[in-house]
Amino acid sequence: MSAAATALGEAARPLDAVVGMVRRNGWALALLAFLALLLIFTKVIQPRYGVAGAQALAISALPLALAAVAQAICVIGGGIDLSIGSMMALTSVIAAVQMKGQPEEFGVVVVLAVLVLGLILGAINGAVIVFTRVPDIVVTLAMSFVWAGFALLVLASPGGGSAKWLRDIILGPFLNEWIPKSAIVLIVTVGLVWIPLRRSRLGLSIYAVGSNRLAAFRSGVGVGRTKIAAYALTGLFAALAGLGLTASTGIGTPVPGPYTLTSVAAIVLGGVSLAGGRGGVLGPIVAVLILQLIRSDMTFLNVDTNLAIVAQGAILIGVVMFGSLLQLRRARR
Amino acid sequence: MTPAAAVPRASTLRQVDRLFRDRPVVPLVALLALLVLLYEVARPGVVGPTWASGIVAFAIPLAILAGCQTLTMLTGGIDLSVGAVASMAGFVTATFVAQPGGWELGVVIALAAALAAGLLNGVGVGVFRVHPLIMTLGVGLVVLGLANAWQIATVTSSTGVPEQIRTLGSDRFLDIFPYSLVFFAPLALIILVGLRRTGYGRLLYAVGDNPIAARLSGARAWQVLVVLYMISALMAALAGILLMGLTNVASVTLADSLVLPSVAAAVIGGTSIMGGRGGYGGTLVGALILQVISALLTALGQPEAVRQILFGAIVVLVAAAYTRVTAES
Amino acid sequence: MTADPELLLDASDVAKSFGAVVALRSASLAVRPGEVHALMGANGAGKSTLVKILTGSVRPDRGRIAIRGHERTVHSPGEARRNGLVSVYQEPALIPDLDIRANLRLTHTPIDGFRHWINELGLARLDLSRHARELPLASLRVIDLARALSIEPDVLMLDEITAALPANLTERVLEVIGRQKGGDRCIVFISHRLIEIAAVCDRATVLREGATVGVVDVTRGSEEQIVELMLGQPVQGIAAAVRDAASAAPTDAPSRLEARGLGHGTKLVDASFRLGAGEVLGVVALEGQGQDELFDILAGAVRPSGGELLVDGRPVSFGHPADAIRAGLVYIAADRAEALLMQRSVRENIALPYTARLPGWGLIDRASERERIDRAVTRLQIDARAGNEVRRLSGGNQQKVTIARWVAGGVRTLLCFDPTRGIDIRTKNQIYQLLRELAAAGASVLLYTSELKEVQLACDRAIVIFGGRVIAELDAVDADEPALLRAAYNLRAGAQIPEAIAAKAVEATLARGDAPGPPPAAVAADAPADPVGEEGAAR
Repeated sequence: MSAAATALGEAARPLDAVVGMVRRNGWALALLAFLALLLIFTKVIQPRYGVAGAQALAISALPLALAAVAQAICVIGGGIDLSIGSMMALTSVIAAVQMKGQPEEFGVVVVLAVLVLGLILGAINGAVIVFTRVPDIVVTLAMSFVWAGFALLVLASPGGGSAKWLRDIILGPFLNEWIPKSAIVLIVTVGLVWIPLRRSRLGLSIYAVGSNRLAAFRSGVGVGRTKIAAYALTGLFAALAGLGLTASTGIGTPVPGPYTLTSVAAIVLGGVSLAGGRGGVLGPIVAVLILQLIRSDMTFLNVDTNLAIVAQGAILIGVVMFGSLLQLRRARR
Repeated sequence: MTPAAAVPRASTLRQVDRLFRDRPVVPLVALLALLVLLYEVARPGVVGPTWASGIVAFAIPLAILAGCQTLTMLTGGIDLSVGAVASMAGFVTATFVAQPGGWELGVVIALAAALAAGLLNGVGVGVFRVHPLIMTLGVGLVVLGLANAWQIATVTSSTGVPEQIRTLGSDRFLDIFPYSLVFFAPLALIILVGLRRTGYGRLLYAVGDNPIAARLSGARAWQVLVVLYMISALMAALAGILLMGLTNVASVTLADSLVLPSVAAAVIGGTSIMGGRGGYGGTLVGALILQVISALLTALGQPEAVRQILFGAIVVLVAAAYTRVTAES
Repeated sequence: MTADPELLLDASDVAKSFGAVVALRSASLAVRPGEVHALMGANGAGKSTLVKILTGSVRPDRGRIAIRGHERTVHSPGEARRNGLVSVYQEPALIPDLDIRANLRLTHTPIDGFRHWINELGLARLDLSRHARELPLASLRVIDLARALSIEPDVLMLDEITAALPANLTERVLEVIGRQKGGDRCIVFISHRLIEIAAVCDRATVLREGATVGVVDVTRGSEEQIVELMLGQPVQGIAAAVRDAASAAPTDAPSRLEARGLGHGTKLVDASFRLGAGEVLGVVALEGQGQDELFDILAGAVRPSGGELLVDGRPVSFGHPADAIRAGLVYIAADRAEALLMQRSVRENIALPYTARLPGWGLIDRASERERIDRAVTRLQIDARAGNEVRRLSGGNQQKVTIARWVAGGVRTLLCFDPTRGIDIRTKNQIYQLLRELAAAGASVLLYTSELKEVQLACDRAIVIFGGRVIAELDAVDADEPALLRAAYNLRAGAQIPEAIAAKAVEATLARGDAPGPPPAAVAADAPADPVGEEGAAR
């Protein structure tokens, strides 16, 4: 009887609910376990790895983690944003230029303005996609030129400055020397935006549009509006990532870093389906930490750092190939 | 009264649409001519054979890389590994200058490495059905990292751009005719004819237009795709070697800045990223258009930033125009 | 007929075309409050399109829709819902990657109401935290229905709600629908199953070829009338010409294709038949009886899970359509979007099979290709004036291109899956004629058709598939429409108005409400709805 009951989706015992939860979040949990193993491994190969290492890891991972969250949101909504790196560069240089030599309090205004700017940049991306019906990948690729161009107009070469408080909130430890401030910043920003969003109707709509656009449309979701909102949120997180860059380096850099492509890699590793509708932001963040830690580990092992890039690419290829293989086999059955 | 005269004026717009749709090369060439005219207005007297040959010489590596994008986009794919593969090919060639075997051996090794990268791309996309964007991105990272490692490994040996490749890349016959064109013209011809007159070319369109129909007609897409990504990698390697000759620089990131423009050139040329529509003729004009815009902006003293903004805006506008004219019924 | 202010829903003269395909010519539907109203019609008559228009998924080209006497234009399903129009579609509108609770919140569904209806519908123990992706289609259908019921719409449209439901759930669903009668609201009920119509519906509107051809009070004996309306007038004149060719077919030709117990999953259980050289064998089935799977197997698109397939007496196994093509089996799909390269030319489309395999990758001999293609274009009388892009051809011409692709090179065995769906009558006749000519020249044709009259027009024999099995074989002479329809519904020939008898049995069961009634056939699949119009709207 139970087989037939579960087949029709009826309630099962509580244990099954836990099993279901684990199964659904299995990938993120597996990544966390892998991260833990990797940390142990790091400690073994580099006994001196400790507070300083954790600090460095958290600070270097912050902009990329925020970029990965940005990418995750629009990919969950069924799109992809290749302009994240450029939006980061633009918001970062604007913040750096405006804050240089200004009083600390003015920095607050700048930060808020830059966040609003991020929302606007993203909304423009989304609106162009919705109204021209040009594929997401083409529009955001083109917009990556545009935003990077504006970044260069704002600041031709690295420069500017950062309000001290902005640097202070991500540098150094918090309460306990083992807890880097940047990790707290990451948890707080993501927690403040993502968790309420995910439970809101907008969040549901983003998942719905990415999961099955037709079903979402039939469920009464405004597909175009949702898409624009998802891209606006992507812009917001890209702006946060840009601020993270300015805060961690103390300057603004107009040339986009490798953040766009690495964010794509991170979300794929983090269990977000490129087909849309599946995944969350925890997986991508853990994936970013893993990628950064692998890089440090290779330094500790005296492996050529360039091979770290190879490893990153090989991991990406391996994971997606394995995932595709599983899907193909399931389809064949 | 002839029927043609009876056509109401309101349909002029529609005729422009149809022209854009059926013969996208014609309006593109008009745009190119307009840009050249603008250049002449901005810098009177500069436009001439020497100027044109400079534009062409600089457009050739971009045009080859845009060819990679055109071919892969016809099947609904994209090849983002071309930057890494091209740079790697140039760099590997340069490291063999002082080695036994010389740069010729370097070219062979570089092409073989490129083919291996293309094979990996093709197997991932064709057999494992990984999204081309992700697959080529990952392979690009691997190639870049390996090239970097190779750089470290060969740091003691001397590296240089071989004389012959510099000649091929940047010298001109009678000061007018770039040698690279001698190399490029047959390649372009092969692509143009190959797409129209060979079964393989038709299959690229078929796989991109409707994979189900292609399958039901007996085509095995994985064969098509594996060969395609190998061709793409080979072309990228050739572009990288030419680019090294043109710029007289050997670096593992030499061609990275051409990846996005290469996609832009294909999109401007009327190739749809959704597959099944487009061709190399438009891409060639697209590459020239981008090159002339760059030159124009430099002539006007505009910074690099303006060039990028304009590139982006043009791509969006052109893609939107194509979407509009092809989205009938 | 004047407009009736008493009507709850009044749609008139609704028309819609998708490109060259006319889905609705002039449909009307008038429903009174408290009524369960059946919307009926053969495959492709336009039922689903009409429902999509009424709920705002598809924009009509023309037509008037009034709700409670007020004219309304609905642009999206969300707007339709606010106007009191809700539909349960063949593919459940549940987001696969959200759990049921989130799906309910997305649609502003009151959870208590949903609980009530899901209990009524027999899924009381549904776990709301399950993702829609994890649930079987049958459960999703029921969940979708419960959700729609709890919104309490004025007009609830149910598109093939009982398809793919197991017998016990079907009973509960029909019972719940039956109890909705008499209130202030109404239900529009679409089903292929006459038994269900008879059991729960008050009146029926019948569509044929995109137009409303009649409204019938559902009483005992009205089924015959409905069937008559659905079939329409028999086509005369052309039949004779085509039949002349047919009569020449040999009776004991060698076997070209033989299926022995072919099966695929639960959809196709046991398909056994023989197709001789020079023969046109018709295949008749209601929607989703396993015919799709059968043709997929024969075309090499999927592997059978059981049984044996013989070509020219030798067992074969196809891993890819290329294998089937090499064995001489070529497939012509009903859905041109599946068969054609819409953005490419007529020439490229017809030449596709020649370039498909490795030996064809080289340079194309343009002269011989042109000759071959011109021959095919002439033979099929393809109007290739808009030949640059196949998508600009009419539906009929598109279908001719898919056939020309295979005829151009000489054909041994043609697998036609409803090749005349949605195309004009003249082209239909040309296709029948062509099939007969091909058969006369020694080719074998397997022809699945949803238009029963085609069997006598084009076939020598016909087999009937029901519930994944070949259950009957008829000679063309005996295969008139009533006989085929009875066979397709798996009813014994000669029984008097069998649907009514069966309906009474269902009614009795529903009245008792306990014992398992006669199990209605539960092996129907949801046909893929045309995504063209709606995709655009969903952007």
